[in-house]
Amino acid sequence: MIDFGFAPMEVSVHNMDTADLSLAHWINLHDETFNHCIACGSCAATCTAGQFTNFSFREVCHAIRRGEIKSAIDESEKCMLCGKCTLVCPRNVNTRNIIMLIRKANLTFRP
Amino acid sequence: MKPEGKKRIWSEYQKDIADDKFYFVRSCIRQTFFPGSDTTFLKILREVLGKDVYENPDHTTCTGIGYHTEVVPFPTIQTVVARNFALMREKGYVNYTPSCVTSFGIYTEILETWHHFPEEKEKTRGYLKKATGREFEEPENLAHTSDVLYKFRNEIAAKAKYKLINKHTGKPLKVVDHIGCHYAKMFPSKGVGGAEYPQVLAGLVEAFGGEVIDYPERRHCCGFGFRQYFVQANRGYSISASKKKFESMEPFQPDFIITNCPGCNYFMDRWQYALGEMEGKTYGQNGEGIPVLTYEEVAGLVLGFDPWEMGMQMHQTDVEPLLRKMGVEYDPDKKYKGPNGEDLGKPMSPRFVKENA
Repeated sequence: MIDFGFAPMEVSVHNMDTADLSLAHWINLHDETFNHCIACGSCAATCTAGQFTNFSFREVCHAIRRGEIKSAIDESEKCMLCGKCTLVCPRNVNTRNIIMLIRKANLTFRP
Repeated sequence: MKPEGKKRIWSEYQKDIADDKFYFVRSCIRQTFFPGSDTTFLKILREVLGKDVYENPDHTTCTGIGYHTEVVPFPTIQTVVARNFALMREKGYVNYTPSCVTSFGIYTEILETWHHFPEEKEKTRGYLKKATGREFEEPENLAHTSDVLYKFRNEIAAKAKYKLINKHTGKPLKVVDHIGCHYAKMFPSKGVGGAEYPQVLAGLVEAFGGEVIDYPERRHCCGFGFRQYFVQANRGYSISASKKKFESMEPFQPDFIITNCPGCNYFMDRWQYALGEMEGKTYGQNGEGIPVLTYEEVAGLVLGFDPWEMGMQMHQTDVEPLLRKMGVEYDPDKKYKGPNGEDLGKPMSPRFVKENA
């Protein structure tokens, strides 16, 4: 086989009819600001942890909404809880609390 | 849906296509990839249909590729397009006929811009005057070359030497069409059927006796997408899009693909080779690829033109299996000979996609 320096990518399909949204519902129940996120990425832009790792709070929110619970919980472990993201969020999402909720949910929801 | 509703929707996708006196402009990239296609268009219109087609050597690129990759700013491309419109009027023509789908999208976008923002048109008028001293007027009719062949499809079919029928089985050839995104998706009502009811190529195929396959990913991007391909890091995305289309059409065992866009034609032709070399996978019958033809090549074959004069040896995916199915008379020994019999050199064969199986 020839290596052209690029290759076809795996198809990524999210079936929202069968996605496990239990964690999303549970977080909404305990902190409804989760629903206010518009995925602007301000949190990720200001994140210190994100400068040293590939952590992104915006991606964690995406993963939760897509039902990728394991990925969301694993990623949340990278957060240092400094809270800068809470200060910059234009929608007043309580980002730090949501990370805490994801960690708390670990025992219940981890697949 | 009730027939009245269908008729009403279809009426929104009709477009005026000029009948004669075309001002023809070539595609930049197709001159290299499939150099015989534009020549074939001119031959069909002039010699078969007896139409007046003018081609101006002063015409330049529309700079569409530069515009879509953010190298050329919008005022610049508007001025370039205005100059091309000015050249057309200077020669006494009003029916603009580009052979490139990107250009068609650019011209449509700029005409729409001028319609909704007349101040942009006035600014462009000033830029063109300062730059070249020229004045311009909009064309009275803008039609892509595939629109023109669609309009004359029945006249071409009436003069046909061959039909799109498998001579071994007597059944219509199974054809999958692919309409360029910049033809059908940016301004759907400006194309025949838009992306929702892609008729411009289907109409040609049906007029020539073939059977159009409505495969699931018919409206998916071919994978060209300027930034997907020109940025090497994104090429995996480009070939993935093509792969998705090939996988969608493969179960129907199509005899060939017909496209109306230079980029789509190129990528669906070349990526079959690349996928073969990357994954050892082929999508046609008997380990062959699926030939990818331009609409002019299909019309030319039907009219009995010599495939090598139309430049069909330039296709990476071999077209000879299709020629044999159609029963086209051709000389395999002349495939890589020039017009005076000189040897053009034979390219290397792909390792996985079979040729002449």
